[in-house]
Amino acid sequence: MTLTQHDIDQEIAAAHAAYEKRVAEGAPVEHHPRRDYAPYRSSVLRHPKQPPVAVDVRQDPELVELHSPAFGERDITETDNDLTRQHTGEPIGERITVSGRLLDRDGRPVRGQLIEIWQANSAGRYAHRREQHDAPLDPHFTGVGRTLTDAGGRYRFTTVQPGPYPWRNHVNAWRPAHIHFSVFGTAFTQRLVTQMYFPNDPLFPYDPILQSVTDDAARQRLVATYDHSLSVPEFSLGYHWDIVLDGPRATWIEEGR
Amino acid sequence: MTRIDTDRPESVLPTPSHTVGPFYGYALPFPGGGDLAPVGHPDTITLQGHVYDGAGEPLPDALVELWGPDPDGTVPRVDGSIRRDPATGGHLGRNGVEFTGWGRIQTDAAGHWYARTLRPGPRGSCAPCLSVCVFARGLLVHLFTRIYLPGDEAALAADPLLARVAPERRGTLIATDEGRGTYRFDIRLQGEGETVFLEYR
Ligand SMILES: [Fe+3]
Repeated sequence: MTLTQHDIDQEIAAAHAAYEKRVAEGAPVEHHPRRDYAPYRSSVLRHPKQPPVAVDVRQDPELVELHSPAFGERDITETDNDLTRQHTGEPIGERITVSGRLLDRDGRPVRGQLIEIWQANSAGRYAHRREQHDAPLDPHFTGVGRTLTDAGGRYRFTTVQPGPYPWRNHVNAWRPAHIHFSVFGTAFTQRLVTQMYFPNDPLFPYDPILQSVTDDAARQRLVATYDHSLSVPEFSLGYHWDIVLDGPRATWIEEGR
Repeated sequence: MTRIDTDRPESVLPTPSHTVGPFYGYALPFPGGGDLAPVGHPDTITLQGHVYDGAGEPLPDALVELWGPDPDGTVPRVDGSIRRDPATGGHLGRNGVEFTGWGRIQTDAAGHWYARTLRPGPRGSCAPCLSVCVFARGLLVHLFTRIYLPGDEAALAADPLLARVAPERRGTLIATDEGRGTYRFDIRLQGEGETVFLEYR
């Protein structure tokens, strides 16, 4: 049986309604997707059925997970955060500047940590071998970047606007334009891989990956804001996107050292 | 929206997790990502295993990250896991001397992964273990688990986490000794023999 967008729309609506009902009945707000989210078909066989075992980090301040791997200047080069300068020629597409802050749950900046990004080119094609989409590759664009956050937790990338692309979750499935982010915090428990979207994309309601975040406010936090002050005259359009890491981390006061 | 007002604590809410997707393979893995051990280090161990889905099929597109202490139980604070070459802009790799404690391995076409790292020392009340974070297409939020090494039964029995895991599932967190410093650790995302996954609070 062919799986249509209409089928997926109905599943998305049902999952959303079930979430709203749970919250109305007093269940906590869910900031993250559930791993079991059937409209995204790849999740069906890849989510654990047993609940996770909770580890209370306050019981053991020595946990290795309360530390994070270190990254430094050796791990990046000057052009790593400028995806338009990694080849001899200019990539095709609308140049953009993406910048924001990396914060913990208390709103404190996370300094000197690694942010990695990857994305499709302006035609919606990844420079990835297994990618089947027949949009053109751009010899001047790989779509991979990395940077370290500065003393204020800030990061900044120069790249081109990625294109939307089709995928095979169902017939006529299209991903809204997005940039993938991989982020480290001060603790390994704060590890985050996510995706940043662009404002007002008409594909939002149709995409089961974005809609897997069933909380409306949480989903909004995945969408960057156009920021004219970040736009570079005669060069690029600016987008602002702050990232807030979840997960417990060491609280030095509690450790009393 | 996405400009967080840090003066309003109630607006500081987590950025949702999303799947790593199918196309990270040219971006996140790096050559030598599983070769954490400094060259010739006497405490080197090899870890290897498969990642399986709920149908028992191996995942050719899972990403495993390892993080652990050195043989003294000290947390490494040295960078250089993904050293880049400032001259070419290319990948330079670890220098083979320093131990960063962190590695990243993509499963191969058969769903197999391996890592050569240093035997972790004990820390706090925990038996020696490595911390693991698993990513994959289809996995909307990464999964944490731990690899405990077999051998020291007293330490494993005293480990506070293992003590809270149902006895019939405890074995999913303990690697199998295959001799000559090699250990096997399979990760089963779902179903029979499902790996115990962890949630840090
Ligand atoms: Fe993508």
